[in-house]
Amino acid sequence: MTTPLLSLTDVACTRGGLRILEGVTFDLLAGEALILRGPNGSGKTTLLRTIAGLQPPESGTIAAEPECIAYAAHADGIKSTLSVAENLEFWAGLFGTASIDEALAAFDLAALRSRRAQSLSAGQKRRLGLARLLVTGRRIWALDEPTVSLDQSAVSLFAERVRRHLDDGGAALVATHIDLGLDARTLDVSEFKPARVATGAFDESFL
Amino acid sequence: MIGLLKRDVMLAMRAGGGFGLALAFFLIVVVLVPFGVGPEREVLARIAPGVLWLGALLACLLSLDRLFATDYEDGSLDLLATAPVPLEGVVLTKALAHWITTGLPLTIVAPLLGALLNLPGEAAGALVLTLLVGTPALSVLGAFGAALTVGLKRGGLLLSLLVLPLYVPTLIFGADAVRRASDGLTATTPMLLLGLITLGTVAIVPFAAAGALRVNLR
Repeated sequence: MTTPLLSLTDVACTRGGLRILEGVTFDLLAGEALILRGPNGSGKTTLLRTIAGLQPPESGTIAAEPECIAYAAHADGIKSTLSVAENLEFWAGLFGTASIDEALAAFDLAALRSRRAQSLSAGQKRRLGLARLLVTGRRIWALDEPTVSLDQSAVSLFAERVRRHLDDGGAALVATHIDLGLDARTLDVSEFKPARVATGAFDESFL
Repeated sequence: MIGLLKRDVMLAMRAGGGFGLALAFFLIVVVLVPFGVGPEREVLARIAPGVLWLGALLACLLSLDRLFATDYEDGSLDLLATAPVPLEGVVLTKALAHWITTGLPLTIVAPLLGALLNLPGEAAGALVLTLLVGTPALSVLGAFGAALTVGLKRGGLLLSLLVLPLYVPTLIFGADAVRRASDGLTATTPMLLLGLITLGTVAIVPFAAAGALRVNLR
């Protein structure tokens, strides 16, 4: 329990060649959730993509077990011509988990399982995207605005799922603007905004 | 990996997947050539190997820009990159799915279309064989081009410019082997070179394509 699942030390991230975060340091323990907050453009998504391994940090270290992070982005990665079950079965097969029934039930999708994804509503698509997290079987969830287009009951369904995931020894890293009712620490990303360096200002005045 | 292959083939077969696109294009090109060139049978027989190979090559090119672009747009590519499969394997699998939905059907209908161009019967076998050996290289090289241009809107033109020069050796040896066979010569040397290009491409290019994808996902 004492060794953190995920540990960031003095991490700096860039987006579009511009350094937007530096000195990010935190530990994430098993059973713990961390809420990332900050205004638009403050680097929440960039930080999550860096942690998920989609881009390397500019400096600093990210220590985690290999392949233990499940990333959920703004886009859900749903193929509109496949059915709900086919979409989920594909990801389950890729991550080597057997059953999709529990994930379908968890997000109230069982009745929609043979429906084509193109005829789902935005909220139903989001629920399908979140159900994918359950079939990954990974311990750390890195979630980018998971509650967009979810209604009130779906949000509480999701919060309940996250709580259960934490109870099972998982951890979650959630960038969100709403209150999920989770017992979680909050990290304000805008604290890590780098002080304006001379070259940055120079570039900007030219552009 | 097999799941990914199944998904990609299924997506191509379903509505809007573009399964018939390459096939229809190939058919149209080959049917139209005699109208453009004239009905002299000797002329048609002489140009048949080149026309058939060129048609197959352009048909392959037609569906390449969607190879990674659809997955990039709906976010699947991000998720695939974080899934427990190597990105090189993803590239190879998607190239294989592309080949199954374009290269393989082209290979199967090519002898029928060869008859339209008065290709000698004894060259039909060589045509099928060269397409079977050569088209996988087209799909894998195309996957590299698609990986390079994945983040671009309307990257199709750039993709064609990048990929066509890489297709030239395959085109030369493929068409040459068919030409030799239709002239009654042995086609062993161009066949071997064609196979060599395909094997080398399949072995090396997925690494380059995966590298390009990683850069584009940043």
